[in-house]
Amino acid sequence: MAQAAVEAKRRGKGRDNGSGEAARARLLRAYHDMLLIRRFEEKAGQLYGMGLIGGFCHLYIGQEAVVVGLQMALGQGDQVITSYRDHGHMLATGMDPKGVMAELTGRATGYSHGKGGSMHMFSKEKNFFGGHGIVGAQVSLGAGLAFSNWYRGNDRVCLTYFGEGASNQGQVFESFNLAALMKLPCVFVIENNKYGMGTSVERASASRDLSKNGAPWGIAGMQVDGMDVEAVHDAAEQAVAACRAGKGPYLLEVKTYRYRGHSMSDPGKYRTREEIQKMRSERDCIEGARHKLEGLGVDEAELKAIDDAIKRQVQEAADFAQSSPEPDPSELWTDVLLEG
Amino acid sequence: MATQILMPALSPTMTEGKLARWLKKVGDEVRAGDVIAEIETDKATMEVEAVDEGKLARILVDEGAEGVAVNTPIAVLAADGEDAGATTAPKQASPAAPKPSAEPAPAARPPATAAASPEKDWGPTAHISVREALRDAMAQEMRADDRVFLLGEEVAQYQGAYKVSQGLLEEFGARRVIDTPITEHGFTGMAVGAAMNGLRPIVEFMTFNFAMQAIDQIINSAAKTLYMSGGQMGCPIVFRGPNGAASRVAAQHSQCYASWYAHVPGLKVVAPWSSADAKGLLRAAIRDPNPVIVLENEILYGQSFDCPTAEDFVLPIGKAKIERPGEHVTLVAFSIMVGVAMKAAEALAAQGISAEVINLRSLRPLDIGTIVASVKKTNRIVTVEEGWPFAGIGAEVNMQIIEQCFDWLDAPPARVHGLDVPLPYAANLEKLALPQPEWVVDAVRKIV
Repeated sequence: MAQAAVEAKRRGKGRDNGSGEAARARLLRAYHDMLLIRRFEEKAGQLYGMGLIGGFCHLYIGQEAVVVGLQMALGQGDQVITSYRDHGHMLATGMDPKGVMAELTGRATGYSHGKGGSMHMFSKEKNFFGGHGIVGAQVSLGAGLAFSNWYRGNDRVCLTYFGEGASNQGQVFESFNLAALMKLPCVFVIENNKYGMGTSVERASASRDLSKNGAPWGIAGMQVDGMDVEAVHDAAEQAVAACRAGKGPYLLEVKTYRYRGHSMSDPGKYRTREEIQKMRSERDCIEGARHKLEGLGVDEAELKAIDDAIKRQVQEAADFAQSSPEPDPSELWTDVLLEG
Repeated sequence: MATQILMPALSPTMTEGKLARWLKKVGDEVRAGDVIAEIETDKATMEVEAVDEGKLARILVDEGAEGVAVNTPIAVLAADGEDAGATTAPKQASPAAPKPSAEPAPAARPPATAAASPEKDWGPTAHISVREALRDAMAQEMRADDRVFLLGEEVAQYQGAYKVSQGLLEEFGARRVIDTPITEHGFTGMAVGAAMNGLRPIVEFMTFNFAMQAIDQIINSAAKTLYMSGGQMGCPIVFRGPNGAASRVAAQHSQCYASWYAHVPGLKVVAPWSSADAKGLLRAAIRDPNPVIVLENEILYGQSFDCPTAEDFVLPIGKAKIERPGEHVTLVAFSIMVGVAMKAAEALAAQGISAEVINLRSLRPLDIGTIVASVKKTNRIVTVEEGWPFAGIGAEVNMQIIEQCFDWLDAPPARVHGLDVPLPYAANLEKLALPQPEWVVDAVRKIV
């Protein structure tokens, strides 16, 4: 990663970052948003362990800087779509943690009224288009969201997230071709967390630099340090600006790491405990941001106040998700078709 | 405040496990994410990570213990600065089990459609081909609604692989009539994404055989998202193209997908026969807020029928049409097999048997009301389809007839269908594999 990320950061410095005060406020917000995702996911893991969340549950812990940095580059009306590891994306778009947690527990107050679960949530209001359980399917759908911007002639952009595992799917390359042919405003974001379930990227992809996977179609690509929220934000600004300017799709390979298993029932034998611990202790995005904030003179008390507020917010979400009623049996038959 | 650490469920099916090993001991500081123990289930050994921070105050389940039930307290964690000794009555993060539903879920959906109302008279007609009817339907809907556009292979500059989109590029331009590369999976997903964001795509498959490349997007993305989003994310899209056997193109290009798509809740499926069917049903499909599969037929493209010329002509999805009234037997068919059934009815009439021919028009929803009303009159039913018999449309129609009017039947329901083999190429073999009017006549003669 190093070279490209350094390059991205250097270029990032060229644009107007505003005053030191603005940069500090931005980093503080990023810290808040990343911490909210981390605490939310820890709580979700806990509720899963208590049997309150069922089925598949893919936690985002470790990858928080990716969605937070990218979301900061978006504007009103831009779209976001991703795979099944989606809790972080939803919180980053501003969806209510209560509604997300209540969907995890399968309650009527969840975003999908309990009918979607962890992997299938949506918010029209926040332009979040899911939440998709079939690996790679969201990539063509994301090209379609970008197509709708192209068709309408607006300057909106779609962020289309997928993992390095999905990056080998045929329809991903089909979507690259379509998006490049039509110059669709789509930022393809490969969240490379190194393992597609238990298979390392080296064992799954002959491509050694996934940011170049769009090169045959002329899609500009960049590798980004996904453990550094500011680096992600800088790269995102550049990619989104190119799309908005009508230059066609952009491909970001964001190098990140998930601390937890692929899903809850992952024995994790494909990597060493030391590898995880090393990432956690040396590269953690939240610790990194915290360290920088301290350097900028943010005092302990201010950070503690953020931590406490988030803890309360997540506890409220968990309480809400446990006290909300299950969907009414009549919900079984609703939302199959819309009335003509 | 002290918290209990509970035996976690590490998979959807885990109810108990063995506490294999403690990796922390009493008095150790624990940070969120630290591995504190190892648990063995019947499937794997898993690590338990701490969620909260604090000091491990007590261990309640010794290592090596087997059959530890999920949610059993296994340790006590004291919060920062708390005296580990003061944890005799820890607050238990008690799992609030979901409230069981009071009443059982309704077993069946709301009642099916009522019997058919008579076909509306649309006034003057013109004799046009099915091909023209389909083109006119798209053109009219595209004039009325800028959100409607057509995409697919060869739909624009080539004017359609089967010339169905002739003239559309000239009238609507390249923004709304879009040639795609040969990439069904990708462009179908792209169209579904566009529909989720409020556009109204018409996806033309050169034939439905090629839609198999894209069937995941049709079913998992288009058909299911409304439900999985709790009603937020609709998908107003039309998937259309020729379905079933053409002529001498062999097995990979000659398959009927009617029962495949009709199987899926969240989709609507129509199968026009005549020009009026084609125009009226395609217009309804484009206006429908749901994903609609329009199963056309290549051989029918060139056939001409009378079709209403009224500007607002449209047909309702979910209504069958009685093409020919009769007294002695009900023939149920769709798409090109309606023509086969009509020829059979003609031949049967010459033998003194009066057959009622029902053109299903819509497969999902199925207008079972019209079929039931007919069978209550004729007391016999023969279904006719080009596709394979196993779990086919005929199997479904006849089962519903058995469920709804068994006592009116004077003979077992019968079906005519394509033979249960991949369609052969040789002219004689192909003819032997596809339903002919005589097959229908024979089937009727056996039960009348």
